[in-house]
Amino acid sequence: MVGELVAVILLAPLAAVAGCVAVRKARVAEFLNLAAAIVVFAAVLRLLPLALGGPFTFCRGYLIVDPLGAWVLLSVASVYLLASIYSVGYMRHSAQERRLYRFYALFAGFALTTLAGPLMNNVGVYWIAIELTTLVSTFLVCFELNRESIEAAWKYIVVVSGGISLALLGIILYYWSGSFSLGPTYDLTWQTLRMVAPRVNPTIALMAFLLVLIGFGTKVGLAPMHTWLPDAHSEGPTPVSAMLSGALLNTAMIGIARFIQVSDAAGLGILPRVVVVAIGSFSLFIAALFIARQTGIKRLMAYSSVEHMGVMALGFGFGGPLGIAGALYHMLNHSLNKSLMFFGAGNVMQVFDTRRIGRIRYVTSVMPVTALLWIAGAVAITGAPPFGLFLSELTILRAGLLGPNAWAVFVMLVLLIVIFVGFLNHFRAMYFGANPRVDSPKAHLPPRRHISVWCLLPMWLALIPLLALGLWWPAALTRYFAVIADQLSAMQVAGSVALGGAP
Amino acid sequence: MLAAHLPPLTASLFSLLAITSLLLAFVMLGSRWLVEYLIAFAAQSWLIAILSAAVGYYAGYPELYLIAILTALFRGLVLPYLILRIIRRLNVDRELHERLAPTSSLVAGALLVLFAFVVSTHLGKSLGLAGTVAVLALTVMLSMKLIGFLMLAVRGEALSQVLALLVLENGIFLGSQILVPGMPLLIELVILFDLLVVVACFGILVRYLVSHAGTSSVHELRRLRG
Repeated sequence: MVGELVAVILLAPLAAVAGCVAVRKARVAEFLNLAAAIVVFAAVLRLLPLALGGPFTFCRGYLIVDPLGAWVLLSVASVYLLASIYSVGYMRHSAQERRLYRFYALFAGFALTTLAGPLMNNVGVYWIAIELTTLVSTFLVCFELNRESIEAAWKYIVVVSGGISLALLGIILYYWSGSFSLGPTYDLTWQTLRMVAPRVNPTIALMAFLLVLIGFGTKVGLAPMHTWLPDAHSEGPTPVSAMLSGALLNTAMIGIARFIQVSDAAGLGILPRVVVVAIGSFSLFIAALFIARQTGIKRLMAYSSVEHMGVMALGFGFGGPLGIAGALYHMLNHSLNKSLMFFGAGNVMQVFDTRRIGRIRYVTSVMPVTALLWIAGAVAITGAPPFGLFLSELTILRAGLLGPNAWAVFVMLVLLIVIFVGFLNHFRAMYFGANPRVDSPKAHLPPRRHISVWCLLPMWLALIPLLALGLWWPAALTRYFAVIADQLSAMQVAGSVALGGAP
Repeated sequence: MLAAHLPPLTASLFSLLAITSLLLAFVMLGSRWLVEYLIAFAAQSWLIAILSAAVGYYAGYPELYLIAILTALFRGLVLPYLILRIIRRLNVDRELHERLAPTSSLVAGALLVLFAFVVSTHLGKSLGLAGTVAVLALTVMLSMKLIGFLMLAVRGEALSQVLALLVLENGIFLGSQILVPGMPLLIELVILFDLLVVVACFGILVRYLVSHAGTSSVHELRRLRG
């Protein structure tokens, strides 16, 4: 059953790519991509409870389904579905009909690589999956082929390729250090890494961990390796921004989460976690600075992604059942919420025909429904109750207070407040005018325009679960996260059992 | 561990190949002409192919012969050919936008090699491998990595950046041949293939850069800030 579901998850987007390229009609491509997204989402929902049964491996141990991977798949599949619905409405306006099928082919291909990442059991193949996500999404970022988007795509591919080549170096060093006790040829799976870790030379393990952290951290967008992120997120078409932020970053994040576990198993002490926590805090700091003085609407959302990746890194860095539960809950909430924010920004940008925050005013009177949903999302993404991110951030804060890195909790708290003020201040300006006394109200506003239901539906679909997850933390999820936390900390026992079948 | 107990002649051969590759990285660092970079890169790839074959022969990994052939073919012929085509089409034959003159970058590169040497000696000592080929392989791997990043930082021509990224990859590949010759074949094949895709993507992107942004210099790309 699990095997079939995995096949469906990977083959549905692949079929969509093939269909788009073969038919070359925009309407057909739209439909194929949407159908693939629905199929993938349904399959992931079905897979989620089954994954609890433990790690399953397929294809001679190259594919793995474990609860952590399934959880990341859930957030990827949700964003893929929402973004596919949204692109039906959005892309008809913003791209030439003739080229549109290419967008959907690339989009489904991007989804395919992003979905493949969490399923990879071999660390080297995982690295390649991450590299492929970059290559495919580069062409989505520069899809509009204007000067800015090509600049963004160039920075994206150069910075990320250079960055994750460091991760490859780290992986090779891990492989080398393992070869002292396992012999020259073995399969470098996550299980093997964890199992061999206690026997590895600590100096090499530490160096390899730092290289991997910097490498995958580049892809996750942790500061100071985040420089590609605001450009790529802001210049790509809006559905792509949502996918980059809500889906792709998570796929790279689990690499870091799994390597933290390996370095725990290697007995490196507290240092790796301190580094992760420090990088997470620094991401929050950078995000706070750039959010406060931001002028571009999508760049604002992009820096908010840097912030939330920082929060997630803090969660994984604090560790423990509470920290991991918080980080994972945060992952899903952030995926939903950031999609909502980008969709709102996309709608506003279409009506006001600008990306500058300063030129957007009185959103409520121009587009009431979008305005309502968008402001709800803005309140949610700054971590205010009663939305999901409030609960997950609170959990991460609690986890931090229990651990040795309690200083980071206070840093995080202060920076979250700064971001709250800075972020919502931009929304005040956009909803009420930057300076109400001077601005002549309602003059020079664009005419009220009908927003297509394709562009509104995904916003509702994101907001409702977000609100539900804020009001009610399902008990089933607590158990689910407990299993993941258990697997992320149980090094020896689980490792040696599962390794029994591997070559 | 292969590198720990090698006969002296073999160890010297490996060292020679590794050090010559490092020297070629310096050739790239010290030159302004794109075609020279390219030739140095191709030569480096051929050396790595020879190294793969030598490791395969002396350590008894027949599958490395396949890797050697593919490396020579892909890294030594196909990639340089693809890049040469781009150079021809661009009408850019030399680096005009460097931030650091080639002479100064040579000095900076030498300092980076020193740093890499210190790090690898330290690692080698902690593993009890001091003075073996493993330390040299680590040094060359890290130095080429650092030199690649230096080139990325100081060079402005789009193609120089592509070549710098390829130097990063070559460094890892060279080191992995000596340090982990037994790495599963599939991984190496996929990495080779991946590289081809990377260069193809860069080719398309450079073309976009010239046709839609009207420049092949990365330093002109400065609209997105803050």
